[in-house]
Amino acid sequence: MTASASPPRTPPRQRDWSWRSRHVRGLIYQVVALGLIGLALWFLVHNTLTNMRVRGIQSGFDFLASPAGFDIGEHLIPYQSNDPYWMAFLVGVLNTLRVAVIGIVLTTILGTLLGIGRFSNNALVRGLCYAYVELFRNVPILLQLLMWYLFLVQALPPAGEPKSILGVFYIGAGGLSYPVPVWGLGQALAGAGALLGVLLSWLWARSARLHFERTGRPRAVLLPAIAFVLGGAILGWVVGGSPTAWNIPKAGGFSIEGGNSMTPEFIAVLLGLTLYTASYVAEVVRAGIAAVPHGQGEAAGALGLSKGQQMRLVSMPQALRVIIPPMTNQYLNLTKNSSLAVAIGYPDVVSIANTAINQTGRAVECIAIVMLVYLTTSLGTSALMNWYNKRAAIKER
Amino acid sequence: MRHALIAASLLAAGLGTTSLAHAGKTLDAIKARGQLICGVNEGLAGFSAADSQGKWSGLDVDACKAVAAAILGDANKVKWVPLNAQQRFTALQSGEIDVLSRNTTWTLTRDASLGLVFTGVTYYDGQGFMVPAKLKLKSATQLKGATVCVQSGTTTEKNLTDFSRANNLNIKPVVFEKVEAATSAYFAGRCIAYTTDASGLASVRNKEAKNPADHVILPDLISKEPLGPSVRRGDDEFFTIVKWVGFALIEAEDYGVTQANVDKMMTSENPAVGRLLGSTEDTGKLLGLDKAWAANAIKAVGNYGEMFERNVGPKSPLGLPRGLNNLWSNGGIMYAPPVR
Repeated sequence: MTASASPPRTPPRQRDWSWRSRHVRGLIYQVVALGLIGLALWFLVHNTLTNMRVRGIQSGFDFLASPAGFDIGEHLIPYQSNDPYWMAFLVGVLNTLRVAVIGIVLTTILGTLLGIGRFSNNALVRGLCYAYVELFRNVPILLQLLMWYLFLVQALPPAGEPKSILGVFYIGAGGLSYPVPVWGLGQALAGAGALLGVLLSWLWARSARLHFERTGRPRAVLLPAIAFVLGGAILGWVVGGSPTAWNIPKAGGFSIEGGNSMTPEFIAVLLGLTLYTASYVAEVVRAGIAAVPHGQGEAAGALGLSKGQQMRLVSMPQALRVIIPPMTNQYLNLTKNSSLAVAIGYPDVVSIANTAINQTGRAVECIAIVMLVYLTTSLGTSALMNWYNKRAAIKER
Repeated sequence: MRHALIAASLLAAGLGTTSLAHAGKTLDAIKARGQLICGVNEGLAGFSAADSQGKWSGLDVDACKAVAAAILGDANKVKWVPLNAQQRFTALQSGEIDVLSRNTTWTLTRDASLGLVFTGVTYYDGQGFMVPAKLKLKSATQLKGATVCVQSGTTTEKNLTDFSRANNLNIKPVVFEKVEAATSAYFAGRCIAYTTDASGLASVRNKEAKNPADHVILPDLISKEPLGPSVRRGDDEFFTIVKWVGFALIEAEDYGVTQANVDKMMTSENPAVGRLLGSTEDTGKLLGLDKAWAANAIKAVGNYGEMFERNVGPKSPLGLPRGLNNLWSNGGIMYAPPVR
């Protein structure tokens, strides 16, 4: 349609305010429905508050500022037992996010590989991927978490006597301890260098794409990118005086001092969630690839693209449009399933809320906080995935 | 958004309470129902545990049986509701149960702000630690930097933290929702120690350890844990009944009234015994009960000493010493105001 030919102007519609009008009846139904919902909510809130008052149950969110008074086994931010309740909740939220974010990354990688594996020409690979999916998605997640956890703590040596590997790693039912570099100027510069490398890689990839569009000749992208990042990191490290100090864990008494550690609870939750969700992701990916017409691959083959290029350049971009929306569901499931971690002692937000409920008796408030946390995380994940979906969606021109 | 959420959670809480907001007195409800509804532990040998036939037994269970016998004249007219640590107070607040008798520690916060009242103490306990015997530990203060398995929804977490801070031990808790998960993690070696009330430690060691002798309970008790039943706040008559059934059982031990001799004691010369058993004076009328209320309770479960010996005492599998739970006249602190 050209700009000059404006659409014929319709006269403003006459509103018919009689009872027979569909609009008016619709409006009335909506107002009545809204009113009923509002009334029901008011009744429940009022009734709960009245009942709580009558029974002498105290309520309110003021407890969040008072000292929590309990320790938390693992925390990403400094936390002590005399910190306020909101800090304890924050520790729990971060623990939840830690499992969710790492779990989402791992599950995407594993699930995609499994999904692609279902199309393999090798019968063994195909069969194994099929068996994996059927096995893991048909066993309840709680059972899987408990199984991994009990397996881990039973199989590993008891907490008091961890096994040392090469004198720098310690593994036991108490967790896996590993050395980390002592944080200093050199490490900071190395990080900055790596970041610079990422930026350079991006610029390089852009110029390579432009070059390809101009001349039709592809340029290598992956290897230079790796070189940029590694080079930047090493350069930064050398400029920072090439520090070599490591914080090495040492076993002493009942605990392992120094280094970093992962508890068996964290490993079990991560393992359980990743392996379980990956079976669903594999199906999503398989469905996405299967949705791309066979002819697309054949046409790409006819143009001389290799098997890998067919998948990467032709099939995958089209499959993504089908994959992303259900993938969002799987990410949300993984995040929400992490609340089962409380069963195996991982201090996620639900676990912290349980303790807080018992110490303060503010059950309604604590549950509300947990709901708010999960709602926020889920809506955030959805928003991010919707944004990505828009990018991957078909561009109508 | 925030308001919608709060409203939604209130909705959930509201659903449970709406129908009970205007319920009659607890005692009338129990009589009309012909049944006492009692919240107990899901499984803690010696305190409340169901056998393979679904028959409940234990100290906490007997406390409820005594109340049922006193009110309804039949100790078997009880509906048992097994509850975990987090459900217990909500179950009582919402009216799902009449009495909560689930090794629950009497504290100020609970007594004053949860809409319930404690009726007395059935077992004076304290929090302790269980460790593998091969570590050869002598005291809980040697647990520097140790991981300790603990069940959530209890006062134990806070006691553990207080103890750790006071002694600069830097103890790392691993908190489990279910007691089974906490104990199996301990027995698998995830933690150096397992902590809960000393009575619970004895119960777990006896029931779940492959070889009970491989685990020792350290002598330190790091807290006071008076365990007792509680009822909903606001029904003074029922509160008084549950409280005095408890006292009557202690009083019975004081006067040597036992499950076996209660009928014979009806004719006792001792006026205090006559009052207690209702053979001379009718104390039941004051409570709104039958005059044989105490006699029925004793017939059902025995006096406090018998309850203790049968469920947790030295000759039971738990083998807990009587200690503080002895009568005041025998060096303990179990003391009942007079029934008169």
